[in-house]
Amino acid sequence: MCQYVIELTGLTKKYGNFTAVNDLNLNIRKGEIFGLLGPNGAGKSTTILMMLGLTEPTSGSVNVCGINSTTHPVDVKRKVGYLPEDVGFYEDMTGIENLLYTAALNGIGKKEGRAKAEQLLERVGLAKEADKKAGKYSKGMRQRLGLADVLIKSPEVIILDEPTSGIDPAGVQEFMDLILQLSREEGLTVLFSSHHLNQVQQVCDRVGLFGGGRLLAEVELTDLHKTEHGLDDIYNQYFGGGHGHE
Amino acid sequence: MGLTISITSISEEDMAMSNTNHPFWVIVNKEIADYVRSWRFIILIVIIALTCMGSLYTALTNIREAIKPNDPDGAFLFLKLFTVSDGTLPSFVVFISFLGPLLGISLGFDAINSEQNKGTLSRILSQPIHRDYLINAKFVAALIVIGIMLFVLGFLVMGFGLIAIGIPPTAEEFMRVVFFLIVSLFYVAFWLNLSIFFSIRFKQAATSALACVAIWLFFSVFYNMIVNLVGKALSPSAWASDYQVIAYQRFMLNLLRFAPSELFNEATMTLLMPSVRSLGPLTMEQVHGAIPSPLPLGQSLLVVWPQLTGLIAATVVCFGLSYVSFMRKEVRSR
Repeated sequence: MCQYVIELTGLTKKYGNFTAVNDLNLNIRKGEIFGLLGPNGAGKSTTILMMLGLTEPTSGSVNVCGINSTTHPVDVKRKVGYLPEDVGFYEDMTGIENLLYTAALNGIGKKEGRAKAEQLLERVGLAKEADKKAGKYSKGMRQRLGLADVLIKSPEVIILDEPTSGIDPAGVQEFMDLILQLSREEGLTVLFSSHHLNQVQQVCDRVGLFGGGRLLAEVELTDLHKTEHGLDDIYNQYFGGGHGHE
Repeated sequence: MGLTISITSISEEDMAMSNTNHPFWVIVNKEIADYVRSWRFIILIVIIALTCMGSLYTALTNIREAIKPNDPDGAFLFLKLFTVSDGTLPSFVVFISFLGPLLGISLGFDAINSEQNKGTLSRILSQPIHRDYLINAKFVAALIVIGIMLFVLGFLVMGFGLIAIGIPPTAEEFMRVVFFLIVSLFYVAFWLNLSIFFSIRFKQAATSALACVAIWLFFSVFYNMIVNLVGKALSPSAWASDYQVIAYQRFMLNLLRFAPSELFNEATMTLLMPSVRSLGPLTMEQVHGAIPSPLPLGQSLLVVWPQLTGLIAATVVCFGLSYVSFMRKEVRSR
Protein backbone atom coordinates (compact mmCIF):
# COMPACT_ATOMS: atom_id res chain seq x y z
CA MET A 1 0.00 0.00 0.00
CA CYS A 2 2.60 2.49 1.07
CA GLN A 3 5.64 2.59 -1.11
CA TYR A 4 7.96 3.32 1.76
CA VAL A 5 7.57 1.15 4.83
CA ILE A 6 9.87 3.24 6.98
CA GLU A 7 10.13 6.98 6.50
CA LEU A 8 12.47 9.09 8.61
CA THR A 9 12.25 12.84 8.10
CA GLY A 10 14.67 15.28 9.68
CA LEU A 11 15.15 12.94 12.61
CA THR A 12 17.33 14.34 15.38
CA LYS A 13 18.09 13.02 18.86
CA LYS A 14 20.16 14.95 21.34
CA TYR A 15 21.38 13.84 24.75
CA GLY A 16 22.33 17.10 26.42
CA ASN A 17 25.00 18.56 24.18
CA PHE A 18 25.70 15.32 22.41
CA THR A 19 23.88 14.75 19.15
CA ALA A 20 23.35 11.01 18.66
CA VAL A 21 21.32 11.29 15.48
CA ASN A 22 21.57 14.38 13.33
CA ASP A 23 18.91 15.43 10.82
CA LEU A 24 18.44 11.98 9.37
CA ASN A 25 16.36 11.39 6.24
CA LEU A 26 15.86 7.83 5.16
CA ASN A 27 13.22 5.85 3.27
CA ILE A 28 13.04 2.09 3.22
CA ARG A 29 11.01 0.32 0.57
CA LYS A 30 8.64 -2.54 1.11
CA GLY A 31 10.20 -5.98 0.89
CA GLU A 32 13.83 -4.93 0.80
CA ILE A 33 16.62 -5.86 3.17
CA PHE A 34 18.20 -2.63 4.26
CA GLY A 35 21.53 -2.58 6.06
CA LEU A 36 22.50 0.08 8.54
CA LEU A 37 26.26 -0.02 8.47
CA GLY A 38 28.42 2.00 10.77
CA PRO A 39 30.86 1.80 13.65
CA ASN A 40 29.76 1.56 17.29
CA GLY A 41 28.22 4.77 18.58
CA ALA A 42 27.19 5.94 15.12
CA GLY A 43 23.56 6.31 16.25
CA LYS A 44 22.19 3.12 14.71
CA SER A 45 20.58 1.80 17.91
CA THR A 46 19.16 5.20 18.82
CA THR A 47 17.55 5.44 15.39
CA ILE A 48 16.03 2.01 15.85
CA LEU A 49 14.71 2.90 19.31
CA MET A 50 12.99 5.94 17.82
CA MET A 51 11.41 3.80 15.10
CA LEU A 52 9.82 1.67 17.82
CA GLY A 53 8.77 4.60 19.98
CA LEU A 54 11.05 3.41 22.79
CA THR A 55 12.61 6.84 22.91
CA GLU A 56 11.36 10.19 21.72
CA PRO A 57 13.12 12.14 18.96
CA THR A 58 14.22 15.67 19.79
CA SER A 59 12.87 16.78 16.42
CA GLY A 60 11.76 15.27 13.14
CA SER A 61 9.39 12.39 12.61
CA VAL A 62 9.36 8.62 12.16
CA ASN A 63 6.65 6.86 10.21
CA VAL A 64 6.46 3.10 9.99
CA CYS A 65 3.82 1.77 7.59
CA GLY A 66 2.36 5.25 7.60
CA ILE A 67 1.97 5.30 11.39
CA ASN A 68 3.82 7.80 13.54
CA SER A 69 6.04 5.86 15.95
CA THR A 70 6.25 8.59 18.54
CA THR A 71 2.55 9.16 18.96
CA HIS A 72 1.21 5.67 18.17
CA PRO A 73 3.91 3.26 19.30
CA VAL A 74 1.52 0.40 20.02
CA ASP A 75 0.15 0.32 16.47
CA VAL A 76 3.69 0.37 15.13
CA LYS A 77 4.83 -2.41 17.46
CA ARG A 78 1.96 -4.56 16.21
CA LYS A 79 3.56 -4.55 12.75
CA VAL A 80 7.21 -4.46 13.65
CA GLY A 81 9.29 -7.21 15.19
CA TYR A 82 12.40 -6.05 16.99
CA LEU A 83 15.36 -8.21 17.91
CA PRO A 84 17.58 -6.20 20.25
CA GLU A 85 21.28 -6.70 20.52
CA ASP A 86 21.98 -9.46 23.05
CA VAL A 87 18.32 -10.37 23.52
CA GLY A 88 17.25 -11.71 26.93
CA PHE A 89 14.69 -14.30 27.91
CA TYR A 90 13.10 -15.29 31.20
CA GLU A 91 15.64 -17.81 32.33
CA ASP A 92 13.43 -19.94 34.50
CA MET A 93 10.93 -20.41 31.69
CA THR A 94 11.52 -22.85 28.84
CA GLY A 95 12.13 -21.68 25.29
CA ILE A 96 8.61 -22.44 24.18
CA GLU A 97 7.10 -20.82 27.29
CA ASN A 98 8.95 -17.62 26.44
CA LEU A 99 7.51 -17.72 22.92
CA LEU A 100 4.01 -18.43 24.23
CA TYR A 101 4.27 -15.43 26.55
CA THR A 102 5.15 -13.19 23.61
CA ALA A 103 2.29 -14.71 21.62
CA ALA A 104 -0.13 -13.99 24.48
CA LEU A 105 1.09 -10.40 24.71
CA ASN A 106 0.31 -10.06 21.01
CA GLY A 107 -3.21 -11.29 21.61
CA ILE A 108 -2.70 -14.63 19.88
CA GLY A 109 -4.91 -17.37 21.30
CA LYS A 110 -3.42 -20.30 23.21
CA LYS A 111 -3.94 -22.99 20.59
CA GLU A 112 -2.82 -20.86 17.68
CA GLY A 113 0.14 -19.57 19.69
CA ARG A 114 1.36 -23.05 20.51
CA ALA A 115 1.08 -24.24 16.93
CA LYS A 116 2.94 -21.19 15.72
CA ALA A 117 5.62 -21.45 18.38
CA GLU A 118 6.30 -25.10 17.57
CA GLN A 119 6.47 -24.37 13.88
CA LEU A 120 8.87 -21.46 14.41
CA LEU A 121 11.10 -23.42 16.79
CA GLU A 122 11.32 -26.07 14.12
CA ARG A 123 12.16 -23.38 11.59
CA VAL A 124 15.05 -21.91 13.61
CA GLY A 125 16.32 -25.35 14.56
CA LEU A 126 15.43 -25.35 18.24
CA ALA A 127 12.68 -27.97 18.19
CA LYS A 128 14.72 -30.32 20.35
CA GLU A 129 15.53 -27.64 22.90
CA ALA A 130 11.97 -26.31 23.12
CA ASP A 131 11.44 -27.61 26.66
CA LYS A 132 14.84 -26.62 27.94
CA LYS A 133 15.05 -23.63 30.28
CA ALA A 134 16.05 -20.49 28.37
CA GLY A 135 18.75 -19.87 30.98
CA LYS A 136 20.58 -22.96 29.69
CA TYR A 137 20.62 -21.75 26.08
CA SER A 138 23.89 -20.77 24.46
CA LYS A 139 24.33 -17.34 22.95
CA GLY A 140 23.65 -18.56 19.42
CA MET A 141 20.58 -20.49 20.50
CA ARG A 142 19.31 -17.38 22.28
CA GLN A 143 19.62 -15.30 19.14
CA ARG A 144 17.78 -17.96 17.14
CA LEU A 145 15.07 -18.07 19.80
CA GLY A 146 14.99 -14.29 19.50
CA LEU A 147 14.32 -14.61 15.78
CA ALA A 148 11.43 -16.98 16.47
CA ASP A 149 10.19 -14.52 19.10
CA VAL A 150 10.21 -11.72 16.56
CA LEU A 151 8.39 -13.76 13.93
CA ILE A 152 5.64 -15.11 16.16
CA LYS A 153 3.59 -11.95 15.81
CA SER A 154 3.72 -12.25 11.99
CA PRO A 155 5.29 -8.83 11.51
CA GLU A 156 5.50 -6.84 8.29
CA VAL A 157 8.86 -5.40 9.21
CA ILE A 158 11.65 -6.87 11.28
CA ILE A 159 14.39 -4.79 12.80
CA LEU A 160 17.56 -6.60 13.80
CA ASP A 161 20.02 -4.66 15.90
CA GLU A 162 23.48 -6.23 15.72
CA PRO A 163 21.91 -9.70 15.79
CA THR A 164 25.17 -11.52 15.23
CA SER A 165 27.29 -9.98 17.98
CA GLY A 166 28.84 -12.65 20.13
CA ILE A 167 28.08 -15.62 17.90
CA ASP A 168 30.88 -17.73 16.44
CA PRO A 169 31.54 -17.49 12.66
CA ALA A 170 29.75 -20.73 11.76
CA GLY A 171 26.75 -19.63 13.81
CA VAL A 172 26.77 -16.24 12.11
CA GLN A 173 26.68 -17.84 8.69
CA GLU A 174 23.79 -20.03 9.70
CA PHE A 175 21.95 -17.12 11.24
CA MET A 176 22.41 -14.90 8.19
CA ASP A 177 21.15 -17.63 5.89
CA LEU A 178 18.13 -18.03 8.12
CA ILE A 179 17.32 -14.32 7.96
CA LEU A 180 17.70 -14.26 4.19
CA GLN A 181 15.51 -17.31 3.74
CA LEU A 182 12.79 -16.20 6.12
CA SER A 183 12.55 -12.70 4.75
CA ARG A 184 12.31 -13.93 1.16
CA GLU A 185 9.69 -16.52 2.03
CA GLU A 186 7.50 -14.21 4.06
CA GLY A 187 8.11 -11.12 1.96
CA LEU A 188 9.33 -9.18 4.98
CA THR A 189 10.98 -5.83 5.05
CA VAL A 190 14.16 -6.19 7.05
CA LEU A 191 16.24 -3.51 8.69
CA PHE A 192 19.57 -4.98 9.60
CA SER A 193 22.01 -3.01 11.70
CA SER A 194 25.61 -4.10 11.94
CA HIS A 195 29.18 -2.93 12.01
CA HIS A 196 30.33 -5.98 10.01
CA LEU A 197 30.80 -5.00 6.40
CA ASN A 198 30.88 -8.52 5.02
CA GLN A 199 27.65 -9.56 6.73
CA VAL A 200 25.81 -6.54 5.40
CA GLN A 201 27.25 -7.08 1.95
CA GLN A 202 26.12 -10.69 2.01
CA VAL A 203 22.41 -10.21 2.60
CA CYS A 204 21.36 -6.62 2.01
CA ASP A 205 19.77 -5.09 -1.06
CA ARG A 206 20.62 -1.60 -0.01
CA VAL A 207 22.99 -0.19 2.55
CA GLY A 208 23.04 3.07 4.45
CA LEU A 209 26.42 4.11 5.80
CA PHE A 210 26.14 5.68 9.21
CA GLY A 211 28.64 7.83 11.01
CA GLY A 212 28.39 10.45 13.72
CA GLY A 213 24.62 10.35 13.66
CA ARG A 214 24.42 11.12 9.95
CA LEU A 215 23.62 9.08 6.89
CA LEU A 216 26.84 9.39 4.89
CA ALA A 217 25.85 7.40 1.83
CA GLU A 218 23.16 5.14 0.45
CA VAL A 219 24.32 2.34 -1.82
CA GLU A 220 22.37 -0.12 -3.97
CA LEU A 221 24.19 -3.39 -3.51
CA THR A 222 23.04 -5.15 -6.64
CA ASP A 223 25.35 -3.04 -8.78
CA LEU A 224 28.15 -3.27 -6.31
CA HIS A 225 28.31 -7.03 -6.21
CA LYS A 226 29.65 -6.87 -9.74
CA THR A 227 32.62 -4.76 -8.73
CA GLU A 228 34.28 -6.88 -6.10
CA HIS A 229 35.47 -4.27 -3.71
CA GLY A 230 32.80 -1.70 -4.31
CA LEU A 231 31.46 -1.39 -0.79
CA ASP A 232 34.88 -1.87 0.71
CA ASP A 233 36.10 1.23 -1.05
CA ILE A 234 33.16 3.33 -0.01
CA TYR A 235 33.44 2.11 3.58
CA ASN A 236 37.13 2.88 3.71
CA GLN A 237 36.50 6.26 2.22
CA TYR A 238 34.31 7.15 5.19
CA PHE A 239 35.66 5.18 8.09
CA GLY A 240 39.30 4.61 7.26
CA GLY A 241 41.01 1.37 6.40
CA GLY A 242 40.11 -2.16 7.20
CA HIS A 243 37.31 -1.74 9.78
CA GLY A 244 34.87 -3.78 7.84
CA HIS A 245 36.50 -7.14 8.35
CA GLU A 246 36.36 -7.85 12.06
CA MET B 1 -13.97 -5.16 45.54
CA GLY B 2 -13.10 -2.50 42.98
CA LEU B 3 -10.34 -4.72 41.75
CA THR B 4 -12.49 -7.77 41.15
CA ILE B 5 -15.08 -5.69 39.36
CA SER B 6 -12.50 -4.26 37.00
CA ILE B 7 -11.07 -7.73 36.39
CA THR B 8 -14.40 -9.04 35.24
CA SER B 9 -15.28 -5.98 33.21
CA ILE B 10 -12.03 -6.04 31.28
CA SER B 11 -12.02 -9.75 30.66
CA GLU B 12 -15.68 -9.85 29.66
CA GLU B 13 -15.20 -7.04 27.21
CA ASP B 14 -12.18 -8.83 25.88
CA MET B 15 -13.86 -12.20 25.68
CA ALA B 16 -16.47 -10.59 23.51
CA MET B 17 -13.82 -9.31 21.15
CA SER B 18 -11.73 -12.41 20.83
CA ASN B 19 -11.01 -15.56 22.69
CA THR B 20 -7.83 -14.29 24.28
CA ASN B 21 -6.73 -12.61 27.49
CA HIS B 22 -6.05 -8.92 27.67
CA PRO B 23 -2.25 -8.40 27.54
CA PHE B 24 -2.39 -6.63 30.90
CA TRP B 25 -3.75 -9.73 32.61
CA VAL B 26 -1.30 -11.90 30.70
CA ILE B 27 1.50 -9.97 32.40
CA VAL B 28 -0.26 -10.07 35.78
CA ASN B 29 -0.66 -13.85 35.48
CA LYS B 30 2.97 -14.31 34.61
CA GLU B 31 4.16 -12.07 37.43
CA ILE B 32 2.02 -13.82 40.02
CA ALA B 33 3.33 -17.18 38.84
CA ASP B 34 6.88 -15.82 39.12
CA TYR B 35 6.32 -14.55 42.66
CA VAL B 36 4.67 -17.69 43.93
CA ARG B 37 7.38 -19.93 42.52
CA SER B 38 10.28 -17.79 43.67
CA TRP B 39 12.40 -18.82 46.64
CA ARG B 40 12.26 -15.44 48.23
CA PHE B 41 8.50 -15.61 48.48
CA ILE B 42 8.59 -19.08 50.00
CA ILE B 43 11.16 -17.94 52.56
CA LEU B 44 9.12 -14.86 53.41
CA ILE B 45 5.89 -16.74 53.76
CA VAL B 46 7.55 -19.26 56.10
CA ILE B 47 9.00 -16.45 58.26
CA ILE B 48 5.73 -14.58 58.44
CA ALA B 49 3.61 -17.66 59.04
CA LEU B 50 5.93 -18.78 61.85
CA THR B 51 5.92 -15.39 63.56
CA CYS B 52 2.16 -15.14 63.27
CA MET B 53 1.72 -18.56 64.80
CA GLY B 54 4.12 -17.53 67.57
CA SER B 55 2.22 -14.35 68.29
CA LEU B 56 -1.06 -16.26 68.25
CA TYR B 57 0.37 -18.68 70.79
CA THR B 58 1.44 -15.91 73.16
CA ALA B 59 -1.90 -14.18 72.70
CA LEU B 60 -3.77 -17.34 73.56
CA THR B 61 -1.70 -18.08 76.66
CA ASN B 62 -2.09 -14.53 77.92
CA ILE B 63 -5.63 -13.75 76.95
CA ARG B 64 -6.93 -14.76 80.39
CA GLU B 65 -4.80 -12.18 82.19
CA ALA B 66 -5.61 -9.60 79.54
CA ILE B 67 -9.23 -9.35 80.60
CA LYS B 68 -9.57 -6.91 83.47
CA PRO B 69 -12.83 -6.25 85.29
CA ASN B 70 -13.33 -2.64 84.19
CA ASP B 71 -11.73 -2.86 80.77
CA PRO B 72 -13.85 -1.03 78.19
CA ASP B 73 -12.37 -3.33 75.53
CA GLY B 74 -13.55 -6.39 77.49
CA ALA B 75 -16.44 -6.89 75.13
CA PHE B 76 -14.00 -7.25 72.25
CA LEU B 77 -12.20 -10.33 73.46
CA PHE B 78 -11.63 -11.58 69.97
CA LEU B 79 -9.67 -8.53 68.88
CA LYS B 80 -7.22 -9.16 71.69
CA LEU B 81 -5.94 -12.13 69.70
CA PHE B 82 -4.21 -9.58 67.48
CA THR B 83 -2.92 -7.19 70.11
CA VAL B 84 -2.19 -9.10 73.35
CA SER B 85 1.31 -10.12 74.25
CA ASP B 86 3.18 -10.89 77.48
CA GLY B 87 6.28 -9.01 76.41
CA THR B 88 8.35 -12.01 75.35
CA LEU B 89 7.02 -12.14 71.79
CA PRO B 90 5.39 -9.19 70.01
CA SER B 91 1.73 -9.31 69.03
CA PHE B 92 0.40 -9.98 65.54
CA VAL B 93 -0.02 -6.26 64.85
CA VAL B 94 3.55 -5.46 65.80
CA PHE B 95 4.81 -8.30 63.62
CA ILE B 96 2.89 -7.02 60.63
CA SER B 97 4.15 -3.48 61.16
CA PHE B 98 7.68 -4.85 61.31
CA LEU B 99 7.60 -7.53 58.60
CA GLY B 100 5.16 -5.80 56.25
CA PRO B 101 7.80 -3.41 54.90
CA LEU B 102 10.15 -6.32 54.38
CA LEU B 103 7.47 -8.12 52.39
CA GLY B 104 6.77 -5.08 50.24
CA ILE B 105 10.44 -4.35 49.63
CA SER B 106 11.34 -7.92 48.76
CA LEU B 107 8.59 -8.18 46.15
CA GLY B 108 9.43 -4.91 44.45
CA PHE B 109 13.10 -4.07 44.72
CA ASP B 110 14.11 -5.78 41.45
CA ALA B 111 10.87 -5.31 39.53
CA ILE B 112 12.27 -3.26 36.66
CA ASN B 113 16.05 -3.38 36.93
CA SER B 114 16.22 -7.17 36.81
CA GLU B 115 14.25 -7.12 33.56
CA GLN B 116 16.64 -4.52 32.23
CA ASN B 117 19.70 -6.52 33.29
CA LYS B 118 18.36 -9.75 31.84
CA GLY B 119 17.64 -7.95 28.56
CA THR B 120 13.94 -8.83 28.66
CA LEU B 121 12.70 -5.27 29.17
CA SER B 122 13.36 -4.08 25.63
CA ARG B 123 11.94 -7.30 24.25
CA ILE B 124 8.71 -7.00 26.24
CA LEU B 125 8.31 -3.30 25.48
CA SER B 126 8.71 -3.93 21.77
CA GLN B 127 5.52 -5.98 21.93
CA PRO B 128 2.29 -4.14 21.13
CA ILE B 129 1.47 -3.15 24.71
CA HIS B 130 1.32 0.23 26.35
CA ARG B 131 4.39 0.88 28.37
CA ASP B 132 2.52 1.43 31.62
CA TYR B 133 0.97 -2.04 31.39
CA LEU B 134 4.23 -3.52 32.57
CA ILE B 135 4.63 -1.39 35.67
CA ASN B 136 0.92 -1.44 36.52
CA ALA B 137 0.80 -5.20 36.07
CA LYS B 138 3.81 -5.68 38.30
CA PHE B 139 2.21 -3.55 40.98
CA VAL B 140 -1.18 -5.26 40.70
CA ALA B 141 0.38 -8.74 40.72
CA ALA B 142 2.41 -8.01 43.86
CA LEU B 143 -0.62 -6.44 45.50
CA ILE B 144 -2.78 -9.49 44.74
CA VAL B 145 -0.13 -11.80 46.16
CA ILE B 146 0.32 -9.69 49.30
CA GLY B 147 -3.42 -9.24 49.73
CA ILE B 148 -4.12 -12.96 49.52
CA MET B 149 -1.30 -13.66 51.93
CA LEU B 150 -2.41 -11.09 54.52
CA PHE B 151 -6.03 -12.15 54.40
CA VAL B 152 -5.12 -15.83 54.65
CA LEU B 153 -2.93 -15.14 57.68
CA GLY B 154 -5.49 -12.91 59.34
CA PHE B 155 -8.27 -15.41 58.83
CA LEU B 156 -6.03 -18.26 59.99
CA VAL B 157 -5.34 -16.42 63.23
CA MET B 158 -9.08 -15.83 63.60
CA GLY B 159 -9.83 -19.46 62.88
CA PHE B 160 -7.29 -20.85 65.32
CA GLY B 161 -8.39 -18.33 67.91
CA LEU B 162 -11.98 -19.38 67.41
CA ILE B 163 -11.08 -23.00 68.01
CA ALA B 164 -8.93 -22.18 71.03
CA ILE B 165 -11.10 -19.72 72.92
CA GLY B 166 -14.44 -20.95 71.71
CA ILE B 167 -16.06 -17.52 71.53
CA PRO B 168 -17.11 -16.51 68.01
CA PRO B 169 -16.37 -12.97 66.87
CA THR B 170 -19.24 -10.54 66.54
CA ALA B 171 -19.96 -9.01 63.16
CA GLU B 172 -18.32 -5.80 64.33
CA GLU B 173 -15.18 -7.57 65.46
CA PHE B 174 -15.00 -9.33 62.11
CA MET B 175 -15.36 -6.05 60.25
CA ARG B 176 -12.68 -4.47 62.41
CA VAL B 177 -10.28 -7.28 61.54
CA VAL B 178 -11.10 -6.91 57.85
CA PHE B 179 -10.42 -3.17 58.01
CA PHE B 180 -7.21 -3.87 59.89
CA LEU B 181 -6.12 -6.21 57.09
CA ILE B 182 -7.02 -3.60 54.47
CA VAL B 183 -4.95 -0.98 56.30
CA SER B 184 -2.06 -3.47 56.44
CA LEU B 185 -2.42 -3.97 52.69
CA PHE B 186 -2.09 -0.22 52.11
CA TYR B 187 0.90 -0.13 54.42
CA VAL B 188 2.67 -2.92 52.55
CA ALA B 189 1.65 -1.32 49.23
CA PHE B 190 3.48 1.83 50.27
CA TRP B 191 6.73 -0.07 50.73
CA LEU B 192 6.10 -2.02 47.54
CA ASN B 193 5.76 1.19 45.55
CA LEU B 194 8.81 2.69 47.16
CA SER B 195 10.86 -0.35 46.19
CA ILE B 196 9.45 -0.35 42.64
CA PHE B 197 10.48 3.29 42.37
CA PHE B 198 14.01 2.43 43.46
CA SER B 199 14.08 -0.50 41.05
CA ILE B 200 13.51 1.99 38.24
CA ARG B 201 15.90 4.54 39.65
CA PHE B 202 18.85 2.21 40.34
CA LYS B 203 20.37 -0.12 37.80
CA GLN B 204 21.59 -2.71 40.28
CA ALA B 205 19.03 -4.72 42.21
CA ALA B 206 21.34 -4.78 45.22
CA THR B 207 21.52 -0.98 45.32
CA SER B 208 17.78 -0.58 45.19
CA ALA B 209 17.27 -3.22 47.89
CA LEU B 210 19.80 -1.47 50.08
CA ALA B 211 18.20 1.92 49.49
CA CYS B 212 14.80 0.55 50.52
CA VAL B 213 16.19 -1.14 53.60
CA ALA B 214 17.99 2.08 54.52
CA ILE B 215 14.73 4.03 54.39
CA TRP B 216 12.96 1.34 56.36
CA LEU B 217 15.68 1.36 59.04
CA PHE B 218 15.69 5.12 59.11
CA PHE B 219 11.99 5.28 59.86
CA SER B 220 11.89 2.35 62.26
CA VAL B 221 15.04 3.16 64.27
CA PHE B 222 16.58 6.56 63.70
CA TYR B 223 13.54 8.67 63.04
CA ASN B 224 12.22 8.30 66.59
CA MET B 225 15.63 9.24 67.96
CA ILE B 226 15.79 12.36 65.82
CA VAL B 227 12.27 13.36 66.81
CA ASN B 228 13.24 12.87 70.47
CA LEU B 229 16.25 15.11 70.01
CA VAL B 230 14.12 17.80 68.40
CA GLY B 231 11.60 17.31 71.18
CA LYS B 232 14.18 17.93 73.89
CA ALA B 233 15.41 21.04 72.20
CA LEU B 234 11.92 22.45 71.79
CA SER B 235 10.33 21.28 75.06
CA PRO B 236 8.45 24.10 76.81
CA SER B 237 9.59 25.23 80.26
CA ALA B 238 7.89 24.01 83.40
CA TRP B 239 6.02 27.32 83.65
CA ALA B 240 4.66 27.19 80.14
CA SER B 241 0.92 27.63 79.70
CA ASP B 242 -1.36 24.70 78.95
CA TYR B 243 -1.81 25.93 75.42
CA GLN B 244 1.91 25.87 74.81
CA VAL B 245 2.18 22.34 76.20
CA ILE B 246 -0.68 21.12 74.03
CA ALA B 247 0.74 22.83 70.97
CA TYR B 248 4.09 21.21 71.68
CA GLN B 249 2.51 17.77 72.07
CA ARG B 250 0.59 18.19 68.83
CA PHE B 251 3.71 19.28 67.01
CA MET B 252 5.71 16.29 68.26
CA LEU B 253 2.94 13.89 67.30
CA ASN B 254 2.72 15.39 63.82
CA LEU B 255 6.48 15.05 63.41
CA LEU B 256 6.22 11.38 64.32
CA ARG B 257 3.44 10.95 61.80
CA PHE B 258 5.82 11.50 58.91
CA ALA B 259 6.88 7.92 59.47
CA PRO B 260 4.50 5.54 57.67
CA SER B 261 4.89 3.01 60.47
CA GLU B 262 3.49 5.55 62.96
CA LEU B 263 0.44 6.11 60.75
CA PHE B 264 -0.02 2.38 60.47
CA ASN B 265 0.31 1.81 64.21
CA GLU B 266 -2.16 4.55 65.07
CA ALA B 267 -4.65 3.28 62.52
CA THR B 268 -4.46 -0.35 63.55
CA MET B 269 -4.51 0.37 67.28
CA THR B 270 -7.65 2.43 66.92
CA LEU B 271 -9.30 -0.22 64.79
CA LEU B 272 -8.38 -3.11 67.07
CA MET B 273 -8.93 -1.30 70.39
CA PRO B 274 -12.38 0.23 70.19
CA SER B 275 -11.83 2.22 73.42
CA VAL B 276 -9.29 4.49 71.73
CA ARG B 277 -11.22 7.69 71.05
CA SER B 278 -8.55 10.14 70.03
CA LEU B 279 -5.03 9.98 68.71
CA GLY B 280 -3.95 13.39 69.93
CA PRO B 281 -3.86 15.05 73.35
CA LEU B 282 -7.25 15.67 74.95
CA THR B 283 -7.99 18.40 77.47
CA MET B 284 -9.86 17.71 80.68
CA GLU B 285 -12.88 19.60 79.34
CA GLN B 286 -13.02 17.34 76.32
CA VAL B 287 -12.82 14.18 78.42
CA HIS B 288 -15.23 15.51 81.09
CA GLY B 289 -18.45 13.61 81.08
CA ALA B 290 -17.33 11.02 78.54
CA ILE B 291 -18.35 7.48 79.35
CA PRO B 292 -15.40 5.08 79.05
CA SER B 293 -17.14 2.89 76.51
CA PRO B 294 -15.88 1.55 73.19
CA LEU B 295 -16.55 3.47 69.99
CA PRO B 296 -18.67 1.95 67.23
CA LEU B 297 -16.78 0.93 64.11
CA GLY B 298 -17.88 3.94 62.08
CA GLN B 299 -16.53 6.31 64.72
CA SER B 300 -13.24 4.42 64.98
CA LEU B 301 -12.88 4.71 61.23
CA LEU B 302 -13.53 8.45 61.47
CA VAL B 303 -10.78 8.75 64.07
CA VAL B 304 -8.23 7.05 61.81
CA TRP B 305 -9.43 8.61 58.57
CA PRO B 306 -6.53 11.14 58.46
CA GLN B 307 -4.02 8.36 59.06
CA LEU B 308 -5.58 6.24 56.33
CA THR B 309 -5.60 9.16 53.92
CA GLY B 310 -1.95 9.84 54.72
CA LEU B 311 -0.96 6.24 54.07
CA ILE B 312 -2.87 6.10 50.79
CA ALA B 313 -1.42 9.46 49.74
CA ALA B 314 2.14 8.26 50.45
CA THR B 315 1.43 5.12 48.42
CA VAL B 316 0.02 7.10 45.53
CA VAL B 317 2.95 9.55 45.56
CA CYS B 318 5.43 6.68 45.33
CA PHE B 319 3.45 5.07 42.54
CA GLY B 320 3.23 8.36 40.69
CA LEU B 321 6.97 8.87 40.95
CA SER B 322 7.71 5.39 39.64
CA TYR B 323 5.12 5.77 36.89
CA VAL B 324 6.56 9.04 35.62
CA SER B 325 10.17 7.90 35.78
CA PHE B 326 9.33 4.64 34.03
CA MET B 327 7.39 6.32 31.24
CA ARG B 328 10.30 8.68 30.58
CA LYS B 329 12.95 6.00 30.78
CA GLU B 330 14.81 5.20 27.62
CA VAL B 331 14.75 1.46 27.16
CA ARG B 332 17.98 0.15 25.73
CA SER B 333 18.92 -3.45 25.50
CA ARG B 334 21.06 -4.54 28.44
